[in-house]
Amino acid sequence: MAPDDPLLDVRDLVKHFPLTRGVLVRKQVGAVKAVDGISFALRPGETLGIVGESGCGKSTVARMLVGLERPTSGRIGYRGQDITRLSGRALKAVRRNIQMVFQDPYTSLNPRMTVGDIVGEPFAIHPEAAPKGDRRRRVQELLEVVGLNPEFINRYPHQFSGGQRQRIGIARGLALRPEIIVADEPVSALDVSVQAQVVNLLARLQGEFGLSYVFIAHDLSVVRHLSDRVAVMYLGKIVETGTGEQIYDHPTHPYTQALLSAVPVPDPEARAHRERILLSGDVPSPADPPSGCRFRTRCWKARELCARVEPPLAVPDVLRDATGPARHASACHFAEERRVVPNT
Amino acid sequence: MTEGGVPPAQPLLDVRDLRVEFRTRDGVAKAVNGVSYTVAAGQTLAVLGESGSGKSVTAQAVMGILDSPPGFVTGGQILFRGRDLLTLGREERRRIRGAQLAMIFQDALSALNPVLSVGTQLGEMFRVHTGASRKDARARAVALMERVGIPAARQRVGDYPHQFSGGMRQRIMIAMALALEPALIIADEPTTALDVTVQAQVMDLLAELRREYRMGLILITHDLGVVADVADTIAVMYAGRVVETAPVHQLYKAPAHPYTRGLLESVPRLGPKDRPLYAIKGLPPSLTAIPPGCTFHPRCPLARDLCRTDRPPLYEAGPERTSACHFWKETLDGAR
Repeated sequence: MAPDDPLLDVRDLVKHFPLTRGVLVRKQVGAVKAVDGISFALRPGETLGIVGESGCGKSTVARMLVGLERPTSGRIGYRGQDITRLSGRALKAVRRNIQMVFQDPYTSLNPRMTVGDIVGEPFAIHPEAAPKGDRRRRVQELLEVVGLNPEFINRYPHQFSGGQRQRIGIARGLALRPEIIVADEPVSALDVSVQAQVVNLLARLQGEFGLSYVFIAHDLSVVRHLSDRVAVMYLGKIVETGTGEQIYDHPTHPYTQALLSAVPVPDPEARAHRERILLSGDVPSPADPPSGCRFRTRCWKARELCARVEPPLAVPDVLRDATGPARHASACHFAEERRVVPNT
Repeated sequence: MTEGGVPPAQPLLDVRDLRVEFRTRDGVAKAVNGVSYTVAAGQTLAVLGESGSGKSVTAQAVMGILDSPPGFVTGGQILFRGRDLLTLGREERRRIRGAQLAMIFQDALSALNPVLSVGTQLGEMFRVHTGASRKDARARAVALMERVGIPAARQRVGDYPHQFSGGMRQRIMIAMALALEPALIIADEPTTALDVTVQAQVMDLLAELRREYRMGLILITHDLGVVADVADTIAVMYAGRVVETAPVHQLYKAPAHPYTRGLLESVPRLGPKDRPLYAIKGLPPSLTAIPPGCTFHPRCPLARDLCRTDRPPLYEAGPERTSACHFWKETLDGAR
C-alpha cells in the first residue's frame, strides 16, 4: 500500500431498513433509506468529519464502518479488501483495527462491570493483543493515557462524571491499538468546560498513536476544530465535501450554507452583520425522499430541473475552471459560493 | 438594550438570595445557594450554566413546581410584581402559574400528554383558567397554533403529540405557554433537543413573540451561542450561585469572572483551528461537598489564599454588572 492510498475507501454505500406490514405474513411495504449511496475515503492520519442533522444517516454510516450493521449494498474497502464481504476470523481481524467511541457515556458502559473489565474487555475478545498476565498493566496504562487515575481500575461507571466516562470509552476504543477510530458524537453529551478537555484529548491521541478518525457530529464548530476534511450529509446522501476551509469558508451547496448560517455564534457583535438563512419546514421522511435533489423541498433556489435530475456529487460545472477553494465537490445544479461564516 | 426600554421602577420578577436543597439518602445536596436575579417586562434574561449549576432548579422554585420532597426552598424571596410567591397558598400560586407565569420545557414529547390531542391540551388552558366553552376553547387553540406557525392548524388540531415533528412540538409547547398571555415566560433549554436549522426557527419565533406581547423572558441554557443571539442580560451560574451578571455585549467582550472567561475560551469556533481549545481544568464540585471560600477556586487559574477561605460576595463590577470574584478587577482588566 502506498502511503497516500486511502485506509478506508467507501463506495456507493447503501443501508435500507425494510418497513413491513402484517404479523403472520410479513410483507415489505417500503424502506427507510437511511443511507442511500455515499462514497468517501479516509487517508492515514487524517480526520474526516461527517456533519448533518438528525435522521441524515450519519450514525448508520458509523455503525456500518465498524460492522455493527450490514450494508444493503456497496463496498467498504479497508487496505484493499471489501470488509462487507468478510466473515468469521477474517472479519474479526479487521475489526481489531477499526474501533468505535459512542455518544452516550451513560448507556455505552455496562454498569455492572468495573472500569478494568470494561477497558480490558477487548483483550478477552482478541487474546492475541495482550497476554493474560499483562492485561491489568495494559489497562492501567490506557487509563493513564486518557488522563484517568490508574488506581480507579476497580471502580464502577457510576462513580465517574460524564467527561470521565467518555474517557473510559476512549480508553476502551484504544485498547487494541486500532488504526481507525469511528467516533459518533463523542462530546455532544458533555458540558462545555468538559467538552474542551475531551476534544483536546482526542487531538492529542491522534498524534501520539497515529490514528485516523471518522468524527461524526451535529456540532459544526467541534467538527471544524478536529477535522481535516468534512462531508455534509442530508437525508442519506453526502451533499458537499472538501477541506475544512473549503466547506466552512467557501460553501457552495445551499444546504451547507443554511446549516452554517444557523449555527449560533458566541459573539453578540456578530448578530448585526451576519446573514441568517432560515429554512422553512422540516426534513422529509427518509422512507419517501423527494425526487431529484433531496434538498429541493426546502431550497430557495429549487427549479424544475431539481425535481427531475439528481445532481451528482462532483465539482460543479460552473466552478470547474475556478482555482480557489470554491472548487470542490458539491451536489447542486446551481452551486455558487456564498460566505456565511463571519471572519473572527 | 431593552426595546422601548424604560426600566420600570419595580422589576417583573425579583429573586432574592434564593436557597434550595435536596434531602437525599446520600446527604443534603445544596442545589441553589443564594441566587439573586431580576427580570423586567420586555426583557430577556439568559441564565447560563452547566449541568448541576442550579439553573433549572431555580426556575422550578420560581414556578412552584419543585419536587418536594426531596426538594425544599430553605431561604430567600421570589418577588413577582412585588408579591413574594413563597408566602402564597397553593391555590393562589396555581392561579398565577399559567396565567401570569408560564414555562417551556426542553423535551416537548415528554412534557405534552401523549393520549390527549394537542387541541384538547391547548383548549384546556382556556377552559380551566377562563371558563371558556368547549367550542370556544377549540377555536382559540386553532388561532394559537396558527400564531406559532403550525401549517394547516385547523386540520391538525385533533392530532396527537407524536404526530408532530420535534420542531412543531416545541411550537405547540410555546403556544401552550403563550395561551393566557403571561407576563413572564421561563424557557428551560427550549431548543437543545432540536437540530440547528429548526433551532433557529424556534428561537426566532420566541424572540418575535416576546416583543409582540412585551413579556419578560428567562432563557435557561448552556449554549453560549444561543445566548449571544437573543439575550439582553446574562446571569452565569456555577455550583448553585450566580457568579456574574452583565449586559450581553459587555459579558462577551470582557468577562468579570474567571469561570465566564474560561467558558468563553473553551467553545470551539467556526473559524479555522489554530491551537488546542482552552479547557477549564477539573470538574464542577459535587453539590453535597461544595468547596469552602469561592466554589470555583479548585479550578481557577487566579486562585489565591483568600479564595480558599472567604466566600466572595457579589461585587459591583460596573454599572449593571456584578461578579462574585475577589479579583474581578484583574479579571476584567486581563480580558480587555
